[in-house]
Amino acid sequence: MSTTQHRVLGGKIVQPSSRRQSTSVFGNLDWFTVLIYFVLVALGWMNIYAVVYSPDNVVNIFSFDINSGKQLVWIGTGVILMIVLLVVDNKVYEHLAYPIYGAIILLLLFTLAVANPVAGSRSWLDLGGGIRLQPAELAKFATALAISKFLSQVSLRQQRMKDQMILAAITFLPAVIIILQNETGSALVFGAFILAFFREGMSPLILIIGGSAAAIFILTLLVPKLYLLIGIAALMGLAMFLDYRLMRRFKTMIALFVLVLGMVFSVDYFVNDILQPHQQNRIKALINPEADPLGYGWNVTQSKIAIGSGGFWGKGFLEGTQTKFDFVPEQSTDFIFCTIGEEHGWVGSTILIALFLLLMMRIVYIAERQKSVFGRTYGYCVVSVIFFHFVINVGMTIGLAPVVGIPLPFFSYGGSSLWSFTILLFILLAIDANRNRELVR
Amino acid sequence: MNYLENRKYVIQAIFLVVGVVYALRLFYIQVVDSSYKQAAETNAIKTVIQYPFRGLIYDRNGELLVQNTPVYDLMIVPKEARNIDTLRLASMLDITLEDARERFKKARAYSWVKPSIFQQMLSTQDFAHIQDNLIDFPGFYINARTARGYPHQSLGHALGYIAEISPKQLEDSTYAGYRPGDYIGKAGIEMAYEKYLMGKRGVKYKMVNVRGIDKGSFKDGAYDTLSIAGQNMVSTIDLDLQAYGEHLMNGAKGSIVAIEPKTGEILAYISAPFYDPNLFTGKDYGKNYMQLLQDPDKTMFNRPIMADRNPPGSIFKLTQALIALEDGVINPNTRYACNKSLVNCHPHPSPLDLRGAVQHSCNPWFFQAYKALINQGKSKNTFTDTSIGLRDWREHVLTFGFGKKLGIDIPGEKSGIIASTDLYDRVYGKDRWKYSTIYSLSIGQGELGVTPLQMANFMAVVANKGYYVTPHLIRSIGEDGKPLAENYERHYTSVKPHHFDPIIEGMAEVVRAGTGRKASLGKVGITVCGKTGTAQNPQGPDHAVFVAFAPMEDPKIAIAVYVEHGKWGGQSAAPIAGLMIEQYLTDTVTIKEQEKWVLSREYLNIKSK
Repeated sequence: MSTTQHRVLGGKIVQPSSRRQSTSVFGNLDWFTVLIYFVLVALGWMNIYAVVYSPDNVVNIFSFDINSGKQLVWIGTGVILMIVLLVVDNKVYEHLAYPIYGAIILLLLFTLAVANPVAGSRSWLDLGGGIRLQPAELAKFATALAISKFLSQVSLRQQRMKDQMILAAITFLPAVIIILQNETGSALVFGAFILAFFREGMSPLILIIGGSAAAIFILTLLVPKLYLLIGIAALMGLAMFLDYRLMRRFKTMIALFVLVLGMVFSVDYFVNDILQPHQQNRIKALINPEADPLGYGWNVTQSKIAIGSGGFWGKGFLEGTQTKFDFVPEQSTDFIFCTIGEEHGWVGSTILIALFLLLMMRIVYIAERQKSVFGRTYGYCVVSVIFFHFVINVGMTIGLAPVVGIPLPFFSYGGSSLWSFTILLFILLAIDANRNRELVR
Repeated sequence: MNYLENRKYVIQAIFLVVGVVYALRLFYIQVVDSSYKQAAETNAIKTVIQYPFRGLIYDRNGELLVQNTPVYDLMIVPKEARNIDTLRLASMLDITLEDARERFKKARAYSWVKPSIFQQMLSTQDFAHIQDNLIDFPGFYINARTARGYPHQSLGHALGYIAEISPKQLEDSTYAGYRPGDYIGKAGIEMAYEKYLMGKRGVKYKMVNVRGIDKGSFKDGAYDTLSIAGQNMVSTIDLDLQAYGEHLMNGAKGSIVAIEPKTGEILAYISAPFYDPNLFTGKDYGKNYMQLLQDPDKTMFNRPIMADRNPPGSIFKLTQALIALEDGVINPNTRYACNKSLVNCHPHPSPLDLRGAVQHSCNPWFFQAYKALINQGKSKNTFTDTSIGLRDWREHVLTFGFGKKLGIDIPGEKSGIIASTDLYDRVYGKDRWKYSTIYSLSIGQGELGVTPLQMANFMAVVANKGYYVTPHLIRSIGEDGKPLAENYERHYTSVKPHHFDPIIEGMAEVVRAGTGRKASLGKVGITVCGKTGTAQNPQGPDHAVFVAFAPMEDPKIAIAVYVEHGKWGGQSAAPIAGLMIEQYLTDTVTIKEQEKWVLSREYLNIKSK
């Protein structure tokens, strides 16, 4: 192992699409992705420091008294973790996918049983010595492995009901346990795997129906029910008028409309009668943060003020004032994007968005070059999770998504989150680095 | 499989669309919309909370019971508080240097940039002095708000008080919307009617620059909300009567509850020893509260609704007679001999009919009447028969409001105890107890516990001949003065109205020529109906009870007076009741000799039996 490392340090590094028949993991590693990873982690670390920085009371960025110092520990241990993930025989991931998944499910159940509630959530496992672990974070990569393993079975019949049910169970079992832990935000992430399913052959109709359902959901909360239904009826009528084939399926159209009608009313019932007050508030804050700027709209209003005050170029590193005045809660974890927006302006925000897009595009590229279904599916699972986190986390700070407490990948403060994304990504890179051995075997 | 590979373009397109939408949205927020930029120039937005006026409370005659008075909190923003002369600050506030340092630490621990309270509730004089010197203390400012004030010293137990919301309440979702430092009703009316009294807090967003200088309101006040004052309310209390009752009970321990029978409106609510509600306002609130909490006379014990461990004594004979009449086991002319071998009694004519038995409170008479009621021969087995009798009797008793919470509109009410078959089965075993075990119930002793409120309510039942209205302290909410419907519900007893007549006649005799003579208002032409009682107290002198209502023809007031260690109802409680009734009905007191007797506390020195 030491010789391997030595060779890496020796300098034969960036060769993304290398065709060399190197047997070393590090020789075949996708260094481009690794680079983006480290850029994101480093930027995150600096912004975590910017959050706690106060000109009156300057603390060194490396000080372990503040979050940036602690984050450095997580980053360091993360590097060790990634090396371990890369040198372990990569076949392990495919062979042990189910056992890993099973173990994590047991860990989730165990946590649910023993965890002491922290702010209403029973998702933290106290490891002693002030270190706490959130197993829900680990469930992401474990579920991704299990899904990939299942979809790569030769005997799989995608159209078979039984297989579909098993796949759904694999995906949503951890989500249900996590909801029971009162971490609904983390549970929603599991819905993101739909992107991976789509790539592997799921009917696009489901994606379209899912999208329309989401649109109707939001519109129900925005527009009076009567107007909404009239609007939908009018749209349907117009579609039938334009396409005579739809005319012949009149009964189907009526059934469809009844379905929409049912949904509109059940959404109303769901939001007002089933959701817990804090969940209702998050949805209401998305739709109209001005309604109660001091109450449930507080986070969104303050976060928009912070970002909006950044202007085109931003106020400069450590020069932000909104973020320093504790106006935005959860500043270094869920709302870290505010710091970027305020201190680095539109330019900085856009660069960050571009970095994430680059990373996601690269992962899609990596996924597509896998020779095994397992590797490809896993790649899509990884990008689905990262995409979901990115959409929600950035979206909520600019008022385009509901406030769901999930971190910005690689960026937000916190060990569980950083480790979880490191594991998620570097298992993919380990599989990718060995993709050519697949042929040799 | 090629068509599936093309789906990667769809997925990548989704990524791109989201990225572009987000970048555009950011461009709008950060570059196009200038209102956020304005905030960038002024650099911080300060929220100023507009505390609403808490609702006022008036008595039934329109006199103010609770008002708001201005107080001033000294606030600190640790970030701006630099080069502070701590010694001078401490001397100015009259606190120790260590105390001042401790407060600095606390404020910093709370927040470096957000204001916190350094000194609560400065008096107006302190405020004027400190205001002048504030220029030397950057980071400090005065926040004016209102506290509760009382233009009298009465009614502490019923009014309750307000105090800072506790950390535990803040975690409770019932109190969503409250913030640390908010005031909330903690007892009495203030707690029960919190949601009406509190009003709605408003908030102003102000922009301030780096030096904390006001730069006007944010977005022209688009996010500001006005505070809405709490609703005023009208109490059922007669403040004059209340104050007079407290005057009479000053130095004694016990309760007075006076109720208007037809409406259930509580006219006076006295728990002695009482306290001045003004003790709970101002900066010494905590000290005063602890003192009252620890005092040996249990001042904070809300006696009228919480003292439920003591038997009612002879006043309960009225209840027994009413139930016996309803069940048909006696009639107004039933005579029993005063057989002292059954239970002890005092000298009086014998045998007596029902009226005479009430007037002379004859123990053996009620022993026999209650036996007839309990052992009606519904079973041949005397144990079973007693059990059936007690069970049926208990159902009657509960309809009088005994043995359950009446539902008064302040928190903390106790339900009292009414003997039950379960209780005796548990203590003696099933079928192991009979009338000779439980006979003391007949004269109101034994396994009975009644609160003073329940006693007064019982008088309302007798005055109304068969029903009561839930006793309550608040008549209406808001300015329109429309009575709260839920406070005016009638509850009927299981006893028919005509059975009350002989009882009421007997009670009139009690006051005219029986044990309750000291409550008589014959001089001013008012017929008072009453009954004395003694609650046996194993720990010391017995407690004295007197219940009454007046005038007999058209009852306007029902009252229960409970004097701890008062020994004889007729000597201590009865004159107090008489005085209260006269004060309420005529606004003057003519029976001055009774007043003098009560205030002398001579009754405490009468030899006990």
